[in-house]
This record gives sequence, structure tokens and C-alpha cells, in this order.
Amino acid sequence: MTAPAPRRGAPTPPGLLAAAGLVARKDLAIEFRSRSAFLSALVLSLLSLVIFYFAWDPTAVAAVDVAPGILWVTFTFSGLLGLHRSFGVEQQERAMDALLVAPISREAIFLGKASANLAFVLGVQLVALPALALFYNLPLTTVLGPLAIVMLLSAIGLTCIGTLFAGITSNTRMAELLLPVLALPFFVPIVLPAAQLTAKLLAGRPLEESLGWLRILLAFDLVFLYACTIAFPFTLED
Amino acid sequence: MAVAVAAMAAALVRAIYFTPAERLQGLAQKIFYVHVPSAWVAFLAFGLTAIAGGVWLFIKDPRLDRFAESSAEVGVIFTTGVLVSGPLWGKPIWGAWWVWDARLTSTLFLWFLFLGYLVLRSAVDEREARARYSAVVGILGALLIPFIHLSVYLFRTQHPTPVVANTAGIQMPGVMVATLFLSLGAFTLLYIALVRQRMALAAERDALLDASTAES
Repeated sequence: MTAPAPRRGAPTPPGLLAAAGLVARKDLAIEFRSRSAFLSALVLSLLSLVIFYFAWDPTAVAAVDVAPGILWVTFTFSGLLGLHRSFGVEQQERAMDALLVAPISREAIFLGKASANLAFVLGVQLVALPALALFYNLPLTTVLGPLAIVMLLSAIGLTCIGTLFAGITSNTRMAELLLPVLALPFFVPIVLPAAQLTAKLLAGRPLEESLGWLRILLAFDLVFLYACTIAFPFTLED
Repeated sequence: MAVAVAAMAAALVRAIYFTPAERLQGLAQKIFYVHVPSAWVAFLAFGLTAIAGGVWLFIKDPRLDRFAESSAEVGVIFTTGVLVSGPLWGKPIWGAWWVWDARLTSTLFLWFLFLGYLVLRSAVDEREARARYSAVVGILGALLIPFIHLSVYLFRTQHPTPVVANTAGIQMPGVMVATLFLSLGAFTLLYIALVRQRMALAAERDALLDASTAES
């Protein structure tokens, strides 16, 4: 791609994806320096894996049957923790205003924030999944490839919805409470197929057998990635 | 309002006294004339809330936002009606108060969406921002319901297939169909009447707020 040479003193604003990349880099840099949200999400997911263990009777229910539920409840709640922070950091010193006056489109702000959140959620999953395999003694290595696809598709859907709603609720009086109330119903068409797919994979069935679930996940991602990107500018003040 | 109340009374009297009981299900089937119209109004209310929100984003007419607010609030009542009347029928017929069927689950999540929508509204003071946020949530909610329905439908389903709106035509005696349609009309009228009342209330509230801010 050859951009027209910018005149001196008047740099051309970056394109949609380039701008989104910059926003994502900024958010990840903030998170990388403090690590507070990532560490809390990580500890929360490890703790919930441990607590579920004590609520489970291994003699009555096999580990492969209980694992999908534990995995997806853990991911959903630890994901919410990080999503809230994504706009929380913009509240200080009204940093959001600076972001809005930057010469980038508002869709780019959304995509950037969503990508940073996606990296966040995938990072948590990257640690929580081996922990699950370890604690529950699951044979994950054989299904790692298909499971990674399921987790990536689910994470995309979760972060799209979560980023948009975090943006909305960060301006309300009870942001921390409102985000789960609004977002959790939207997580159902993600968590349901994801848990089904995980259960099928852990039971040793090939991924080809549950393509229907995979299609629902994919359709949800496409519809809500598009809808949330379009809707985000409407949630901001003019 | 008076018309709606009269229509409701007529529909209920007809359903109770002048419509025969179903052979297999007995009297429990009569709840059909409350359950189905409530469900119709619940989904209608949510659809109209979403549409009103969507149109508001472009023309910013405060009346549309007041309509969305009123329709959502009235919709919660009818959704609650569906969720209460359903288990009352389900217990004698299915032997369980609740099952995770596609229709039941979508209605339950419709209820959650309505409540989330109203909680969101109550958490924002500024009128313009409140309308903006709730419009976006309403539209996304309308996109969500088909997804929930589809995914739970694949999951498992138990609800009786519709006896009126299905591909094989109406499979019900004429007298029952007449009662059902009377009920549908009456419930829709009640919805319109309640929304009108609620909108008038919202308009007065907004006018009062404007007056008090103008004074100070």
C-alpha cells in the first residue's frame, strides 16, 4: 500500500486498522505496566477452578463431564473483570476526551479497545486452560488444536459485546454492577455452543461432528462484531 | 383504557365460560388464552422498544425515547405474565414447572434483557445519554433473541409446536381459535392503553424536570 506522501506539518491520520492498532497498543501498554487487571483476572480464574473442585464429587461425575462447565463459567467471569477496566482507565483525567479528539474514527477506537481486550482474555485463557488440565487431570493435549479454535471464536464474541457494554456502563452510576447484568444474557449464545463443543471434544469426538455449534459461534461473532462496531459511535457524545 | 379493560373482561369471560375444555389437557389448557397473548405482547413490546430506539438515534425525538421506556416497562409485566402462566400449565401437563426449552429460554432472556434495559435507564441521569445507551442496548437485544432461540433449539426442545402459526395451518377447533384471537386483540389493546398512560406519565415527569431546572 502506498499512501500519498504527507505534506510537512500536516501528517495524514492513520487508516481504520492502523488507528485501531495504535489504540490497542496504548491499552496493552497501560495494562502491561500495571498488570493489575490481568493479575486479578488470572487469580480469579484460578480460584474459581479450585472452588469448583471442592463443589464436585469425583466419584459421581467424571472430570470430562464437569470440566466444560467449569471452564466456561471461569472464562466468562474473569473476562468481565478485565473488560470493565478497559474504559475505567479512560475515566481518569477524562482521558476518553483526548481519545475522541484524536483524528481517528470512532470505529477504530472500538476495534482497538476490543482487540486489546481480546488479547487480555486470550492471555487469561492461556494460563487457565493448562491449570484446568492440571487440576482436573484432563487429557488436553490431544484436542488442543480444535479447542483453540473454539476458544478464539468465543473470545471474539465475548470481547465485542463486553467492550461495547463496558463503554456504556463506564458512564453510569453503578458500572461494576451493571456490566454483568447487561452482558451476561448476551454471553449465552457463546457459552452454550462453546461448552457443548468443549464437551464433545473432551469426549473424544472429532470437531467435524459438531459443525452446527461452530457455525452458531461464527455467525454470532460476525453479526456482533459488525453490529457493535457500528453501534459504538452512537454511544458517544457528539 | 376503558376499552382495553372491557375487551380483557370479555376475552376472559369467553375463555372461561364459553370455550370448551380441551379433551386431553382439561382445564389446564385454558391458560393458553392468557399465555399466548401475553407472549405475543411481550415480544411485540420488545420489538417496538428496539425499533423506537433505533429511530431515535437518527431523529432524536424525545417522544420516541419515552415510548421505548414505557413499552419496555409494560413489556416486563407481560413477560412476567408469560413466565408465571407457563409453569402453571407445565406442572400438570409436563410434570415440571420449568424445562430448558428454546421458547422458555428465549422468553426468560427477554425478561433479563428488559430488566437490564430498565436498570441501565435508572442508572443514567442525563436524558440524552440515557436515550442513546438504551437505544443501543435495545437494538442489540433484538439481535440477540434469535441467537438464543436458535442455540437452545439445537440444545434441546420440549415446548408444544404452535397450533396456530405453523406450516400445516390452524390445528384447533374454530371456537377455540375465536377465543384466542379475541384474547390476542384484548391483550394488545391493554398494552396500547398501558403504554399510553405510561408515556403521559413520562412526559409529565420530563416537563417537571425541565421546569425545575429552568427555575434554578
